[in-house]
Amino acid sequence: MTGEILAFWGLGLVLVGSALAVVLSKNLFHAVLWLALALTGTAGVFLQLDAEFLAAVQLLLYAGGIVTIVVFAIVVTERLVGERISQTSRRIGGGAVVAAALLATIVSAINRRPLPVAPPALPADLTRNLGDAVLTRFVLPFELLALLMLAALMGAIYFARPDD
Amino acid sequence: MGLQAYLTLAAVIFCIGLFGVMTRRNTIGILLGIELMLNAVNINLVAFARYNADVTGMVFTVFTICITVAEAALGLAIVILLFRVRRTVMADHLDLLKG
Repeated sequence: MTGEILAFWGLGLVLVGSALAVVLSKNLFHAVLWLALALTGTAGVFLQLDAEFLAAVQLLLYAGGIVTIVVFAIVVTERLVGERISQTSRRIGGGAVVAAALLATIVSAINRRPLPVAPPALPADLTRNLGDAVLTRFVLPFELLALLMLAALMGAIYFARPDD
Repeated sequence: MGLQAYLTLAAVIFCIGLFGVMTRRNTIGILLGIELMLNAVNINLVAFARYNADVTGMVFTVFTICITVAEAALGLAIVILLFRVRRTVMADHLDLLKG
């Protein structure tokens, strides 16, 4: 039990720290690397919630896929502009006030309701159940999702193609 | 750990992402903030699924992860296109629609 709590706090500190670094770091490239750390930390949270499959998907798609795409975008735009893209922020005070107000609202809403303190026992083999659910009850949304991915990726290629 | 701890962690990350979206001037930086916010939502979904012992929330997480990837790919393609047309990725300078 104490190991679990320690792991949660460690992951939480890594997550919050890297998330803050993502939004505050001056160098855009560093921000992306911090985002990779935050996404990896989220995979750790998923592991703690017994969702091994989602942790693997998170690492492959987010930390592997999105970070690579963003790095490519930075490299491309940097080459075009011929100078390093520096990150500047504006209206930090206002943004901090709005974010803190939203956080206070959400936390007070979370605290108002009684929530379960211990997770119930899981059905055996969560990944198997997940696969069953995706390919039986949710098979239609799943296929629609495939269509959406195809359309989005084709759209991305169309947008980013070189001028002819 | 209780469900409350995970929800609070997700709320903190969501608000940090929101702060990034509101304060960043670089369009790619804004997209990074959006990624953080979507990530926080995923933590919420998985936590609720685990504490209700219901796999449906995890199915939904698979869907949101895929949609996030599509969003990132499209968003960055639009950024590259904007860059080619306007030679800038600063959101302040993208004011074509301003009357």
